[in-house]
Amino acid sequence: MHMSDGLLNAPVSVAFLVIAALGVGFALVKARADLDDRTAPMAGLVATFIFAVQMINFPILPGASGHLLGGALAAILVGPYVGALCVTIVLVVQALLFADGGLTALGANVTNMALIGTAAGFLVAVALRKFARKGKGGLAAVAFVSAFVNTLLAATGFIVEYAIGGAGGVEIGKVALLMWGLHALIGIGEGLITAATVTSVASIRPDLVFLLKGNRKPLEVRS
Amino acid sequence: MKKFSIGFAFVSLLIAGVLSYFASGDPDGLDKTVEDTGIAEHAQEHPFAGGTFADYALGGDDRFTGLAGVLGVVVVLALSFGLFWVLRKKSGAR
Repeated sequence: MHMSDGLLNAPVSVAFLVIAALGVGFALVKARADLDDRTAPMAGLVATFIFAVQMINFPILPGASGHLLGGALAAILVGPYVGALCVTIVLVVQALLFADGGLTALGANVTNMALIGTAAGFLVAVALRKFARKGKGGLAAVAFVSAFVNTLLAATGFIVEYAIGGAGGVEIGKVALLMWGLHALIGIGEGLITAATVTSVASIRPDLVFLLKGNRKPLEVRS
Repeated sequence: MKKFSIGFAFVSLLIAGVLSYFASGDPDGLDKTVEDTGIAEHAQEHPFAGGTFADYALGGDDRFTGLAGVLGVVVVLALSFGLFWVLRKKSGAR
């Protein structure tokens, strides 16, 4: 979902560079509270894993593929602020080292995948947290749904950006229909990868799953 | 933590270094959308398109995708671990 330069006009690209910078700056400030000697290495591992899995495009239709975005995955494992930073680091390395995703488009790409995707995934996961605490099946289902929503909303980010200032003047309904249709399919892949990853981590180190934090506290006396 | 960390990092290396050869080469959802609508005609070439590792290859040769993947894993791990380690709250005096 990495857009190239030129798909959005210059003012919109710059506006989203500013929005992305503000969002990432906010995440940098808020992330501190979620990082300690134990979670900081975990966050590095999560960013690395997202980079690796993003290389794996899976087929969705003849002539079309998709790849993990990773926002929900990161948010569930390391929290929304650290998670947004994880995805941002991946996008920056991809743009600078691998020419994957444009430079003026970096703001919009970060906004869509690192900010919108992570926030959406986290909000859904928190809303459904009580099911996630009910065991592996519940956690897998919550991870799947969070990741699916993360993919659709990140795709919606592009639709909105294109509507504000996209090149070529293509009818927005047409863009939206294609984006949502394709990303509904990609979202299934994102959901499956996220569910498999989160449940694997939870089965080995449940204490490292941000969403389940507090699970190991002693039973509360009052209900 | 040690065993888990090494395992997790190893899985990432394996995915980027080996599984990457089996990735689909078809356009992803956004690329497909901009290609089918003609928006892609407005795409500009990446300023670093001529870079050594552009498009996860080595000098354009995608037989080296796995190598590019391993490099990416190392770079992302170093950058992210460094950033998060600096940002973390230090646990009490040791």
